[in-house]
Amino acid sequence: MGRLLLVGRLAVRDLRRRRTETALLLLAIMAAATTLTLGLVLRDAAGDPYHSTRAATGGPDVVASVGRTAGPPGVSGPAEPAGLAELAELAGAPGVVDHGGPYPVTAARLQASGRTSDVQAVGRDAAPAPVDQPELLQGSWVGDGGVVLEAAFADAIEARVGDPVTLDGRSFEVVGVAVTAAMPPYPKASCIVPCMNGAVPGDEADTGPPAGVLRNPGLVWLTRADVRSLAPDPDSLAHVMNLKLADPDGARAFVEANRGAIPMQPWQDILDDATELAGDSQILLLIGAWLLGLLAVASLSVLVGGRMADQTRRVGLLKAVGGTPGLVAAVLLAEYVLVAVVAAAAGLTAGSLTAPLLTDSGAGLVGSAGTPSITMSTAGLVIAAALGVAVVATAVPALRAARSSTVGALTDSARPPRRVGWLIAISARLPVPLLLALRVAARRPRRAVLAVASIAITVSGVYVLLVLNAFLAAQPLAGGYGDAQVELLRRVLLVVTVVLLSLAAVNAVVITWATVLDNRHSSALARALGATPREVSTALAAAQVLPALAGAVLGVFPGGYALFAAVNATTGGDGGRAPLPPPWQLLAVVPATVLVVAALTAVPARLGARRPAAESLQAGLS
Amino acid sequence: MSNAADTPVLRARGLRKEHGEGEGLVRAVDEVDLDIGAGETVAIMGPSGCGKSTLLHLLGGLERPSGGQVWLNGRRIDDIGEKDLARMRRTGIGFVFQSFHLMEELTAVENVELPALLAGRSPRAARRRAEELLERVGLAGRARFLPSALSGGQRQRVAVARALSNEPSVVLADEPTGNLDSAATLDVLQLFEGLHGSGQTLVIVTHDARIAATADRMISMRDGAFVDETWLTGGTTGQLGALIGLED
Repeated sequence: MGRLLLVGRLAVRDLRRRRTETALLLLAIMAAATTLTLGLVLRDAAGDPYHSTRAATGGPDVVASVGRTAGPPGVSGPAEPAGLAELAELAGAPGVVDHGGPYPVTAARLQASGRTSDVQAVGRDAAPAPVDQPELLQGSWVGDGGVVLEAAFADAIEARVGDPVTLDGRSFEVVGVAVTAAMPPYPKASCIVPCMNGAVPGDEADTGPPAGVLRNPGLVWLTRADVRSLAPDPDSLAHVMNLKLADPDGARAFVEANRGAIPMQPWQDILDDATELAGDSQILLLIGAWLLGLLAVASLSVLVGGRMADQTRRVGLLKAVGGTPGLVAAVLLAEYVLVAVVAAAAGLTAGSLTAPLLTDSGAGLVGSAGTPSITMSTAGLVIAAALGVAVVATAVPALRAARSSTVGALTDSARPPRRVGWLIAISARLPVPLLLALRVAARRPRRAVLAVASIAITVSGVYVLLVLNAFLAAQPLAGGYGDAQVELLRRVLLVVTVVLLSLAAVNAVVITWATVLDNRHSSALARALGATPREVSTALAAAQVLPALAGAVLGVFPGGYALFAAVNATTGGDGGRAPLPPPWQLLAVVPATVLVVAALTAVPARLGARRPAAESLQAGLS
Repeated sequence: MSNAADTPVLRARGLRKEHGEGEGLVRAVDEVDLDIGAGETVAIMGPSGCGKSTLLHLLGGLERPSGGQVWLNGRRIDDIGEKDLARMRRTGIGFVFQSFHLMEELTAVENVELPALLAGRSPRAARRRAEELLERVGLAGRARFLPSALSGGQRQRVAVARALSNEPSVVLADEPTGNLDSAATLDVLQLFEGLHGSGQTLVIVTHDARIAATADRMISMRDGAFVDETWLTGGTTGQLGALIGLED
């Protein structure tokens, strides 16, 4: 116990002694922890609104539909003509305990406030249905001449209760706005009549979908009579029926067992479609968390490396007064473990507070996720990841310090710089700032590699974010997203971008400062030998800019391509569908990165070069 | 206090360096006047902390004085910008430090050629000059060695060669034998004797009277001020080792 207390006390005192570095460490791990928390919370929160809607509406376990005609090839919807008799037979199938419908369904064009949309109009009774009675959010249920709009669709076309609308030219009044669990919210609606969601073939040629096929239809409810009156003839009506099973979890098995001419959709598939947006957001956040985790490791490695070099004498003192190698390693590790735990706690808090901004499922489902609770598994994963980042970055230097000789540590002999002969030879042919810059970079190749990796990771992330942004801008409905969902995904992209760039900026400053401190003596010596302060500060900044240039190029290719391919592989997306950002944007990323890094590193480099040369040279003597 | 030469290479008037303020004010260098002629070797002596090294830094433009003036080759250098000061150091001053201050990752020849590269000489010319200098200090065979593979005396000889890279007007040596054993000290002193013989102006800061005895002039410092000045007729001629007690 006493030993534990000693380790804790030594760790805390050292952290307090170096507050700026501790704050940077905290920031780096916290950024990764926050993003990871958001990703995990989103996973937990995604299904909640659908389950609430299912409970509130008596949601079906299986939705079966029959249509009049088969759609064109490649178009989802009823595959072939089927009769009401088959639906009736299905209602009596083993395992079915209740059913609603069959309800007549017809395709129509809805006009509201100058907007025109395709809709699937479902004819319902005024009396409540035992299965799938849509939950009204506003207004009242269907009546003659009154239309009830699915909530996400109403939101998308900005229609309110009382608004006049026309369906195939006939006037109706919006009497209600409701949610259902029988179909994913707009624009993911299931096709009862032939329809297409997402990118529609022919869009490029502006020819639209094939004739008779609806495009991204909304869902509206009318009375049965109104639906029949909209249909050109009774035979053109499709029908939908909602089934309740004795074993809801066996819905997929029921569909398999009764697979025939009637298309059926188990509730689990509807859930997947309804929460696809949250799933996509979660994937973005988890990828962001991975990128940030890698950046945090790079950041920590540099900070820890610098701190360990400063702590050599402290290690010697600990050993001289009887500290075992184990105790020394424990003290060094404890500092970072402590920071990681605090950062994980802060990240969990920040993540859970930010999550509601990203978990809004839109108006399509009952209830919002609110402030999602942090589950034990989420907390455990975030803390484990934060500890993992800290341990990966600190284990090697801590063990190296623990194994160092006591006398050597007491004399505080600095870690000797590396010699990269060919780089020194090349640098002799360059102007003074580049000569010094190359030699500065060559002194610490590991740090240069970390700087390259840090920038490459950031630029890869930026590349993917540019692709996704271009995708959302060019084809908002290509992924089956409505305006609200696009806005939400943009918000997620923004969060990931801001955190990614912030951490990369912190990294650039940290690496530069570590380089400045590490090169205090050689910079002073260069000045004593005739280098100007500007040449020295330019060299220190250029030593960061050169790896940044390499990192930026690698970040675009192959980094960006590889990451985008990984995103596609993870999401099952069609990468070919996403438009690449314009070439000028990709080309601009490289010089922009270099400029930003140059600007970020200019201040610490200038501060480092301002220290009087004599002072630094004298310090080297002590 | 000083005997002004006709055309001093290095000149200081009323030179002051203060640290702290109020009751904590310390005068590291206190109203120093100095003239050093071309080809002259001057030894500045005094106990630790008397301001010898600070004076050397002020003369070489590594530190800014709190007051007074410094001229190098007739040009005032205490009031010029950092950039001009750096350029002045490239060609006007060569430094030799007690702890050598060699770049650990550079070989001996790369260390010696560095000031020439900083001064903008071509890599080939810089290398040729560095090799000549290493030969002059007796280290031609150690040119590709890293400092860690050299003895203390050899390192200091590399540092002297580096100081001469740009043929400076004056070489300022701060305790050049302070970290060396007797044999290495003799090596370095012989090197300085050779420099003196070739007409190189030298200012050597030391607290070792035996080293100071090899100079043309010996100045004693205490509490930042000059307290004594002696012209030595023997200088660095003759039996150097015997003179300074390093050899029988």
